Order: sequence, then C-alpha cells, then structure tokens
Amino acid sequence: MHPAPSIILFTVLSGLGFGLLACLALGLPGLSGWMAFFGWGIGYVLATGGLAASAFHLGNPQRALLAFTQWRSSWLSREAWASVLALLVMAPCALADWLGFDWPVALRLLAAVLALLTVLATSMIYASIRAVPRWNHWTTPALFLGFALAGGALLGLQGGLAAVLLLGLGAVQIAAFGLGDRQFAARGASMESATGLTGRGAVSVFEQPHTGGNYLTREMIHVVGRRHAQKLRVIAVVCASLLPAGLVLTGGGAGLVLAIPLHMTGALAARWLFFAEAEHVVGLYYGRRG
Amino acid sequence: MTCLPGQTEKKLGLVIDLDTCVGCHACVTACKGWNDQGYGAPLSDQEAHGADPSGTFLNRVHSYQVSPPEAVPFTVHFPRSCLHCDDAPCVTVCPTGASYKRIEDGIVLVNEDACIGCGLCAWACPYGAREMDKAAGVMKKCTLCVDRIYNETLPEVDREPACVRTCPTGARHFGDLSDPDSAVSRLVADRGGVALMPEMGTKPVNRYLPPRAKDRGAQVSPLAPLLDVQATGFAGWLDRVLGKI
Ligand code: SF4
Ligand code: SF4
Ligand code: SF4
Repeated sequence: MHPAPSIILFTVLSGLGFGLLACLALGLPGLSGWMAFFGWGIGYVLATGGLAASAFHLGNPQRALLAFTQWRSSWLSREAWASVLALLVMAPCALADWLGFDWPVALRLLAAVLALLTVLATSMIYASIRAVPRWNHWTTPALFLGFALAGGALLGLQGGLAAVLLLGLGAVQIAAFGLGDRQFAARGASMESATGLTGRGAVSVFEQPHTGGNYLTREMIHVVGRRHAQKLRVIAVVCASLLPAGLVLTGGGAGLVLAIPLHMTGALAARWLFFAEAEHVVGLYYGRRG
Repeated sequence: MTCLPGQTEKKLGLVIDLDTCVGCHACVTACKGWNDQGYGAPLSDQEAHGADPSGTFLNRVHSYQVSPPEAVPFTVHFPRSCLHCDDAPCVTVCPTGASYKRIEDGIVLVNEDACIGCGLCAWACPYGAREMDKAAGVMKKCTLCVDRIYNETLPEVDREPACVRTCPTGARHFGDLSDPDSAVSRLVADRGGVALMPEMGTKPVNRYLPPRAKDRGAQVSPLAPLLDVQATGFAGWLDRVLGKI
C-alpha cells in the first residue's frame, strides 16, 4: 500500500494523543493547575491534530459528517463515533484537573476506555481488510494499542510503566514483522486464482492493461526494496522500543525526555513499514505484489 | 445503508469468455464513452496528451501468458471490472452509506452525493474494481450500465451494458445469474465458469469462462518446411564452404 505521509502522521499522532489522554484520565500522572492545562492540552492537540490530518486525504471533506451514519457495519464510522465520544467524556476530566474539582472515578475510567476504543477502531479499519493479508491479522490491533499505551505512558512520564509497555510493544512489533511475512502466502491468492486460470499453467504478464499509472497502481501497489525494509525494521524496533526503554530505566529525568523523540521516530518508521510492506492482492493482476 | 441485503431478488452480472476475448479493448472504450456522460461525475483524465497520461476507467483488459508444464504457452486476454459480489466488502466498509448493493437486482453502486472520497472501499475490493476520480474526488465503479439496461428510451437491443453491446467477438454476456435457466447460467454450467479469488470470501456474481482445451497440438507454421531446405549443387558447395570458414 502507498505510504501516504498524511495517513502515517495521522495514525501515529492520534494514537499517541489518545494514549496520553487515557493515561491522564486515569491519573497517570495526576496533574493539577497549569501543569494539568498543558498536559491535557498536549493530549488534545495530538489527538485532534491527527484527526484533522486524516481529513487531508478525503476527496470531499465537506461531507465528512456523513461518516457518522454507518456505525453498524463500518469501522471508519465507529472510529468517528469513538473519537468524538472520547474527546467529549475526557473534557470534564481535564477541567477537573485544571480547575481542581472532583470528578467521579467511573467517568474517568469510561473516558480512558473510550480513548482506547478509538485506537482499536482505527486499527480495525486496517485489520478488517481481507484483500491486504498482512493487515488482516490480530497483530494489527495489538500493534496500534501497543503504540498508544507505550507512547501514552512515555509522554505521561511514567518511568517504570512506560519501560514495561515499551518492551511489550517491541515484542509485538517483532511478532508482527515475522508473522506478517507469511500472511500473503497463507491467504492463498495467486495470479492463477486472481484470473481464474488455476490448473492451466503458470500465469505471467504478457501486456499491461495501460501504459501509464492509475489510481490502483499509485494507491495500492508499492514495492519496497528488501534490504531497505530490513534496515527500517531494525530502526523501528530499536528506536521505538529498546532504546527508549533503556533510557527510561537508566537515564533518570533526562532519559525520559530524550526517549520521547526517539520513540516517535521509531513509531514513524514502524508506521511507514506498516503501509509500505502491506501487499494488496490487486497487485497480482499487474504481476506486482506490493 | 452499507449493511448488505441478506438476499437479492436477482443477481445481474457478466459472464466473460476468456476463450473468445481477443484483447481489443473495445469494451474499455465503450465503457468509458457511455459512463463519461451519464451516471454521476464524468470519468476524468489527467494529462491525457502529456508525458504521463492517466485516467479513471471502470474496465481494464489485461493480457497474460499461460505456460502449461508440457505444452506451448498461450495468451489469455482478461477484462477486469466489478464482479457485483454477494458479500461485497467494499459496501460494508463505507462509513457514509454511499456504497450500497441493490436488493432488486444485486448491482453494487456508489451514491456520489454521499461519497467523501476516503478510498476505503477501493482498499477493501480484492479485484481493483474501484477507482477514485481525481477531478471529482468521488469513487467510481462499474454500474452494470444501470442507466441503459432499464432505459425504455433506448431501442431494446441496446438495453444491455455498453461493453456487452460493443464486444466484436461476443465474449461478454449479461444476464441474471440467480436464475438457473437463464442463458448466462446455462453458459456457466456448460463451460465450467469460475469465480475469481474465491479465497477472498466475496462471493462474486460475475463468472469467467476458462479457455477451451486445444483440440490439436501446437499448430505448425505452413512455412516451417522452408526453414530446413538443403541446398544442392553450386549453392550447396558454397553453403558448405561458407559453413567451414
Ligand atoms: S468486485 Fe470489488 S467493487 Fe465490485 S462488488 Fe466485489 S468487492 Fe465490491
Ligand atoms: S470512497 Fe466513497 S464510497 Fe468509498 S468508502 Fe469512502 S465514502 Fe464510501
Ligand atoms: S471488447 Fe470483447 S474481445 Fe474486446 S477486449 Fe473486451 S471482452 Fe475482449
């Protein structure tokens, strides 16, 4: 799949934002006064900024409100609902911290759950697409939730918790790379099954249907070099998980602060790979997987 | 509404004969011609006469080489368009309700007035049957010429999809695949018509008729004997001398 910068940025930022908001709602850390204002502010900016970035890739953003109508079948619609509900239920929690009044724990819990449901819904948009076998797997929601939780705890400066979550995320990421590599073959789609010519011989492209590119080749067929991908995989795991976990555990306050940009760099690399390495079966028609 | 109807009254669709198709792309052109001026936004082109032309099409014709293990390879031309799947994933992922499957005939359509151009339905389709129009920002796909097949202002012979009407070899057939006695259903039964990528679980309505078995071996060119002419006399002597140099 084409790694569109707008979608990569959107999913990384909004995931981080909702992770941080979930932590703050649970009182990790418990902020008050202007610290609360800035902490919650960062969470809201990341979460809503990410959502706004996603609107950049819509063909007709003026009709975006219609995206709330199909929650019965569509994960994109469910994401829209979950994000708005989460941001609404979060608001009094934020005000309570800033202005110093009490707010029921049950409602704080609900806010955190809604934030994580938003991240889950985002991940299910990808995980539900059977035509992209690498995504169509439990590792996709695990990855998105892992990034939100670990990133949120890190931004919330929760040293020990962040380190544990970061290492867990690393494990999930390595599993996702390994298992993902087998998904396409396991699904069983081939040029023969795509053309209905199974059993008649090996099928190869004789002539392409068009000489230039089209929406399909631009959007869904992206081939990454193997060595390039291997390097980025290492960068993703080291920067998103291992180094920040080490820094948090050994570097004290300075380590925590340094770990944040490192983790975000790793998260962007991982998300780039999430798209770039995902092969859509339509590539079979063009004799190109990717 | 992007939940799928449990069942449709008819299953209108295409049956495409891969044995007959010659890859002329006439169906591509007819499709673009008809759908450029009727249903919804026109199918735009970008840089049509420039260095990197590209555009929106609802039907594309691929050409493949098939290499059987012990026989001469052959060519198969393969038109690809929406298969109007029973279990259409492109419909259920749509957040706005723009994508839908009609209960009366099973045609999968896009209501362009509700489409936000998110592209998710095109991702969900395994067959590459949907293309986003760059100029209009809405999703385009085969409508099975819904504005021809029921159109009483057209002469009756024209009340079929433009691609079927135009195909010079008769490789394209249109009809109701839910009726076992329809001409298309009988064709599928006789010729062993297949569904594409059944492993995707989409339950396509359209069927493809595989190439027929060859009734004789690889055809030998009538000019073949000339390839092995043995020169005699002076020409033969010259041939031998030149061969030794
Ligand atoms: S072929 Fe693709 S666009 Fe057409 S109904 Fe099936 S999944 Fe949807
Ligand atoms: S591009 Fe349009 S039709 Fe397709 S899923 Fe998005 S809103 Fe629905
Ligand atoms: S018009 Fe008929 S013969 Fe020509 S490419 Fe289309 S299906 Fe094949």
